[in-house]
Amino acid sequence: MFRNVAELVELAISKNKKISEIMIEQEMDVTGRSRDEVLAFMDRNLRVMEEAVERGIKGVKSHSGLTGGDAVLLQKYIEKGNFLSGKTILDAVSKAVATNEVNAAMGTICATPTAGSAGVVPGTLFAVKEKLNPTREEMVAFLFTAGAFGFVVANNASISGAAGGCQAEVGSASGMAAAAIVEMAGGSPEQCAEAMAITLKNMLGLVCDPVAGLVEVPCVKRNAMGAANAMVAADMALAGITSRIPCDEVIDAMYKIGQSMPTALKETAQGGLAATPTGRELEAKIFGIPRV
Amino acid sequence: MKYRSVFDIIGPVMIGPSSSHTAGAARIGRVARSLFGREPKWANISLYGSFAKTYKGHGTDVAIIGGLLDFDTDDERIIKAIDIAKERGIKLRFIEEEAITDHPNTARVIIGDDKGELELVGISIGGGKIEVIELNGFELKLSGNHPAILVVHNDRFGAIASVSNILAKYEINIGHMEVSRKEIGKLALMTIEVDQNIEDKILQELEQLPNILKVTKIVD
Repeated sequence: MFRNVAELVELAISKNKKISEIMIEQEMDVTGRSRDEVLAFMDRNLRVMEEAVERGIKGVKSHSGLTGGDAVLLQKYIEKGNFLSGKTILDAVSKAVATNEVNAAMGTICATPTAGSAGVVPGTLFAVKEKLNPTREEMVAFLFTAGAFGFVVANNASISGAAGGCQAEVGSASGMAAAAIVEMAGGSPEQCAEAMAITLKNMLGLVCDPVAGLVEVPCVKRNAMGAANAMVAADMALAGITSRIPCDEVIDAMYKIGQSMPTALKETAQGGLAATPTGRELEAKIFGIPRV
Repeated sequence: MKYRSVFDIIGPVMIGPSSSHTAGAARIGRVARSLFGREPKWANISLYGSFAKTYKGHGTDVAIIGGLLDFDTDDERIIKAIDIAKERGIKLRFIEEEAITDHPNTARVIIGDDKGELELVGISIGGGKIEVIELNGFELKLSGNHPAILVVHNDRFGAIASVSNILAKYEINIGHMEVSRKEIGKLALMTIEVDQNIEDKILQELEQLPNILKVTKIVD
C-alpha cells in the first residue's frame, strides 16, 4: 500500500504502469473485489458525474436562490467564440460550475473528494474529453488517478473544510484533477505528481467561509477557479516544469496550515466572506433571522 | 490510514450539498438506526462545532433524520426526511451545543421508543467518511483501517468465543478486538476489526447466537 506520493510514483515507475493501474490494483488488494467489480463501480460513479454535468449545463437553481444558471451563461459565451482564455479551460470551468450548481440544488452528485469540491474533477474530465477523445476505459482511469492522489491527501492531511479549510477540499480536488489530466494527456507518473504539487501550492491557505453555511457562495466559483488552476498546472507539468518543493511536502504544508487556521475560517460561517455585510444580509434573508 | 478505498475519495454518490455535513451526517444517523434495529419513536440530536453552526445550510438535520429512517446517502427522500419522520409520528429535537469537541463535525444521537433507547456519538471526518466514537457510554477506539463490526451482547461466558468461532468458520481473521461492559452480567459490547469484508449473511448468523443482541457493520 502506498503511503505518500513518492511511493505511488516509485511503484508506477518500478512496475512500468500508470498511476491509475496502481490504484486499481491496490483497491482489488484491499477490498478483495475483482478487477471487473472495481471498474464497474467506478463506471457507475462516472455516470453520476456525467448526468450531473448534463443537468447543470441546462440550468438549475438552488433553493436559496444564491446559485444556479452560471454554467449556462458560460456555455453560451463559449459558443459565441469571442473568449479570451481558451475553449477547453472555459468548458472545464463551466462543467465544474454545472456540477456544483446541481450539488447546491440538493441534486445527486459524486463526491470528489467532497461534495463541496465535486465540480473540479468531472469539470476538467468532461472538458479534456472533447480535446483528447478518450475511450470510456480511459475516462474511468482518470478517476482512479485522481483518486490515488486524493487518497494520499486524505490519509496524510485532510479533505475536510471543517478540519483544513477550502485548501483541503477544492485544493485537493484541483491537485487530483491536474494529475489525472496529465496522465490522460500521456504524461509520466512524475509529471502527474508535479502537476498536483503546482496546483496545491496555489491553493494553500484558502479558507472555508460559506455564506449562511450553504455550499454555494463562494463554493461554486471556487470550483470554477479550481478547474482552471488544474488545467494550467497540468499544461505546466506537461511542458516539463517541476515544483521546487516536492509534492508530499506541499501536502504536509497544507495540513499544517489547516491546523493553524482559525475556527472562524473552517466551515463555521463565522468569518471571511460569510461575515461580510452582504454575506450576513443574505444569511438573514434566507433564514429569516440573523444568526450571530 | 483512515481512508482505505479509492471510493472513499471518488464517492460516495450522494444528495448534495455537503459530503461531511450531509452524506456523513446521513451515515451517522443510519448507523444509529442499524444498531437500534428498528425505527425510533423519538430522537434527540445534539450538534457540535461546525455541525452546530451550519446545519441548516448543509441539510445536516434532514440528513441525520434521513439516516434514522434508513435512507442511504443517494436516496432523494433525504430532502424530505424531517417531514416524513413527522408524518410517521417521530418526535424530533435538535440541540445546538456550545461545547468544544475534539472533532469539529460531531453529533450525539439519542434515539428510542417504549422498548429502549440508544446513544451514539459520531464524527464526520471528510468526504462522507464517518467514525463512531461512543456507543451507549462505551468509548470506541476504531482505527477505521479495516472493516469493523459492533456486537452488542449480554455479558455471559461463551458469548465472545461463539462469535469468534463463526468468524473462524468463514476464514475471517480478527486484527483487533475490544470487549467492554458496564456491569458484570449486564450489557456488553464487542468491537471487532477484521481483515476481510464481512457479508450480510455472516452478520445474520452472528445475530442468531445465544446472548447476542445486535450485530452491525460500521466500516466497509
